[in-house]
Amino acid sequence: MRLGSGAFAACCVVIEVLGVALFLRGFFPAPVRSSSRAEQRAEPAAPEPSAGASSNWTKLPPPLFKKVVIMLIDGLRDDFVFGSKGVKFMPYTTYLVEKGASHSFVAEAKLPTVTMPRIKALMTGSLPGFIDVVRNLNSPELLEDNVITQAKAAGKRIIFYGDETWVKLFPKHFVEYDGTTSFFVSDYTEVDDNVTRHLDKVLKRGDWDVLILHYLGLDHIGHVSGPSSPLIGHKLREMDSILMKIHTSLLSEERETLVPNLLVLCGDHGMSETGGHGASSMEELNTALILISSAFERKPGDIRRPKHVQQTDLAATLAIGLGLPIPGNSVGSLLFPTVEGRPVREQLRFLHLNAVQLSKLLQENVPSYEKAGTRSGDGLFLNGSLPAHTAAVFPSQVLSLLLLSIPEALSNKAELEVPLWSPVFSLLFYLTLLVLSALHVIVCTSAESSCYFCGLSWLTAGGVMVLVSALLCAVVSALAKTFGDGKFLSKNSAHPKPRWSELDVLILLGTMGHVLSLGASSFIEEEHQTWYFLINTLCLALCHEIYRNCLLRDDSEPQQCPHVEEEFIRTAAALQDRSTGCDTLEPHGVSRSLTSLDTLRGYEKWMVLASPWVILTCCRLLRSLNQTGVQWAHRPDLGHWLTRGVIEARFVHVFVLGILFTGTKDLLKSQVIATDVTIKTVGLWEIYSGLVLLAALLFRPHNLPVLVFSLLIQTIMTKFIWKPLRHDAAEITIMHYWFGQAFFYFQGNSNNIATVDISAGFVGLDTYIEVPAVFLTAFATFAGPVLWASHLVSFLSSETSSGSALSHACFCYALICSFPVSAYIILVTSLRYHLFIWSVFSPKLLYEGMHILITAAICVFFTAMDQTNTKS
Amino acid sequence: MKDTDIKRLLYTHLLCIFSIILSICIPSFFLENFSILETHLTWLCICSVSVTAVNLVLYLIVKPNASSKRSSISYKVTRFLKCCIYFLMSCFFFHVIFVLYGAPLIELVLETFLFAVILSTFTTVPCLCLLGPNIKAWLRVFSRNGVTSIWENSLQITTISSFIGTWLGAFPIPLDWERPWQVWPISCTLGATFGYVAGLVISPLWIYWNRKQLTYKNN
Repeated sequence: MRLGSGAFAACCVVIEVLGVALFLRGFFPAPVRSSSRAEQRAEPAAPEPSAGASSNWTKLPPPLFKKVVIMLIDGLRDDFVFGSKGVKFMPYTTYLVEKGASHSFVAEAKLPTVTMPRIKALMTGSLPGFIDVVRNLNSPELLEDNVITQAKAAGKRIIFYGDETWVKLFPKHFVEYDGTTSFFVSDYTEVDDNVTRHLDKVLKRGDWDVLILHYLGLDHIGHVSGPSSPLIGHKLREMDSILMKIHTSLLSEERETLVPNLLVLCGDHGMSETGGHGASSMEELNTALILISSAFERKPGDIRRPKHVQQTDLAATLAIGLGLPIPGNSVGSLLFPTVEGRPVREQLRFLHLNAVQLSKLLQENVPSYEKAGTRSGDGLFLNGSLPAHTAAVFPSQVLSLLLLSIPEALSNKAELEVPLWSPVFSLLFYLTLLVLSALHVIVCTSAESSCYFCGLSWLTAGGVMVLVSALLCAVVSALAKTFGDGKFLSKNSAHPKPRWSELDVLILLGTMGHVLSLGASSFIEEEHQTWYFLINTLCLALCHEIYRNCLLRDDSEPQQCPHVEEEFIRTAAALQDRSTGCDTLEPHGVSRSLTSLDTLRGYEKWMVLASPWVILTCCRLLRSLNQTGVQWAHRPDLGHWLTRGVIEARFVHVFVLGILFTGTKDLLKSQVIATDVTIKTVGLWEIYSGLVLLAALLFRPHNLPVLVFSLLIQTIMTKFIWKPLRHDAAEITIMHYWFGQAFFYFQGNSNNIATVDISAGFVGLDTYIEVPAVFLTAFATFAGPVLWASHLVSFLSSETSSGSALSHACFCYALICSFPVSAYIILVTSLRYHLFIWSVFSPKLLYEGMHILITAAICVFFTAMDQTNTKS
Repeated sequence: MKDTDIKRLLYTHLLCIFSIILSICIPSFFLENFSILETHLTWLCICSVSVTAVNLVLYLIVKPNASSKRSSISYKVTRFLKCCIYFLMSCFFFHVIFVLYGAPLIELVLETFLFAVILSTFTTVPCLCLLGPNIKAWLRVFSRNGVTSIWENSLQITTISSFIGTWLGAFPIPLDWERPWQVWPISCTLGATFGYVAGLVISPLWIYWNRKQLTYKNN
């Protein structure tokens, strides 16, 4: 079956979308969580079993402690307190650990050992999963059930001093707070002084129930000079004196009230030998946790060694200690030593409460976790690794198919033979199918391991397997054909290969480099920098080409004759090529297509010379409009102000729909009548301007310059660069793609979910309606690539007369978009145990998935246009 | 003839490399706390001055294109002044390009400018020495099939490799390794230096290996 290369590419991309969707479904497992979050508060606490009980508690037991002070020291690893450093620098704490009324533990943190997830784990007792990020889209506030929220609901007054992250997580929970920013890593005195300065006042006042202090200084010292620095000793001594101050103040208060207080000293994560944190070495995972209270009496000679516990256990313990319900998603168990002093009946009651909460959590998650189990924190990829292997095959197969068909698809005919039936009937197809199904059956019937496909229905699984094997066969046959052809060609390759221009080399290297850079988390966070860098280089390369063409042709001195002649030959060939297809174009189109740098005179030439610089300046301005990414996000950018009227927005919606409607009508007309090319072009431009208008409506007001500059750059490029320099369709397509990607980031997007502008989905809507909101949000987010792609379609269909340009463009677009996706899926599969897998790589994966979906839509559109072209 | 030329080229290039090495080693005897990373700007100045001086001296000694017929003093002076102006212009030009590439506009101006100076030293100064203040000749050399002697060929190679080194030098900046050399513009200047040195090493070798294929049209 013969197929246009555009249609072929569109089919490939559609299949790829299926593959990516399959991969995503397996990659993000459902999180462990309790579904009854909302009604939890209304629900009474678990009733005590009635067997032989005289008292009938249905309420929660009263709090064990009157006041709780949580002193969190960032990066407090266990040996800072329990090791030799602790003995040397923290005498008071060591005394408390060895002889005082305290319980000490080594709390093991889970990955990632970074502050924010650790705070969440400490307060909710759960293990934050990736899907949380998606659920709490755009809202950094912690919505999950947690100790702080419970305490606030119970009317406790909470005071917080320290790291700003807490204030972001719990914006309305503290009666008093002062956040310090952890941004200036080299500052390790001010951050802590800003916390301590409130201390005397607050301790004296005593009108609070919970006091949380988060000290950042130790972690900063670790980052700057490592854990063996002498500064660590000073800092520990300072912390020790603060702990003593708090403890004595609490003790003196206890003497008056006779109710015990609790002082918790803990670290959120440890510190590696180089001073950083985030990975999974023992030094980073083990943190100190000391609970100090006069309730924990101890007889002399009672030696308590620090026990190893989980960090998540603190949430349950705090909840019990404050007389609050245990957070619903907590997977921690009560630290039993803390309640050992109570009567046995109460101890049992506490354990029962914890057990009820845990069993409820288990029950709710069991149906979906039949085989995987709910071992606490065995990572994200309990059932995620197998699909990662199977579904990653899809996009790479499609990519190799696309790559193998390059020479044929980009030939002049832009058609290629698709071996549709032969692979289906080949032996290889049946063999692969058989092997896959056998694997499936074996894996699914074995007891201990779980197969991803077991979750799917048999029909879907079968379809997937058929598709995989068919694609494999197609790739193999294409490979065989290419090699056969290659041998054949190499024998009679009399004609020399066309030399690659610098621009082509740059485009190839840039694409490869971008794909390779996706393996590093920093490059994903700062992907906008990559694109800005690439388009800048592209502009400079174009500039070089223009200047060489312009200046050297002006006065061609004798010694440059060969070069110029070569150019002339090329130009002449191009002209001939063009003039053969020119007859369909209207007269002025012909005359315009004949203009080249030779005929440009006067101001036009100057415009050509100046255009790269104008574009570069525009890009520089746009870059500072929205600072995205992570490292330089603090730089000032234009403020966000949002004012939008609903009525006006509806008007614009109507207009946009009208324009799109007329555009589509023109297109349909051209398809039906199939005579007039101009109507189609007009229709395409109408659709393009409709999209521009829609983007103008949806963008944040301060982002409108992005749109303006986008139009400006498109105009300049069209008028002064692409037309005079006569790039071929493939080059133009790739340039469009690069600019589209750069504009994606110019808009202020990043590879972080938090930058998606949800408010675009509500433009012109009073309430949330899912379909239009999703569509509008997707369009507003991917406006850059979509606008550039639609400009590409309109430009190519109106400018070039050769019918193959559009299908070439479609093929190139599909290829260049699917290249990063498939490479990225393989990378993610191999990096699935990477530390930043769900903070950096997973959001990027979602973006890539969405991008390939949009690419598929664009390619289908391309193909539709191409079909009408071939018809007419 | 050709082999002796290549030999001369190699020696001049070795001298250039030597000057860069000296600019790293020598100042530590005179200046306290001198190191490339910490007193980077000082090193940039010293390196730029020494490379320029070596280039000028070599140009005067070797005289690769001994075709300047007019040799009146005034002509030489105007030519020299023109060269200075070209050098300054190229510094500003590179500065603008760096800003366009995303260098901060207001902060770190001195750093960015010195980076522009060192890049001009590696690229513009040899061009000025060899080709003189003649934009047309520059464009000719840097377009395909435009070179007319091994000197121009080596100039092309060293200049392009300096640019590529600078370009590649920008890549480590976004990484979160927090190393002292990731600070703007240290990685780029180091990239430029490595690129320049690599170009100096590669170009004689490349010319030597391709000496059969290389045919220059002498004017």
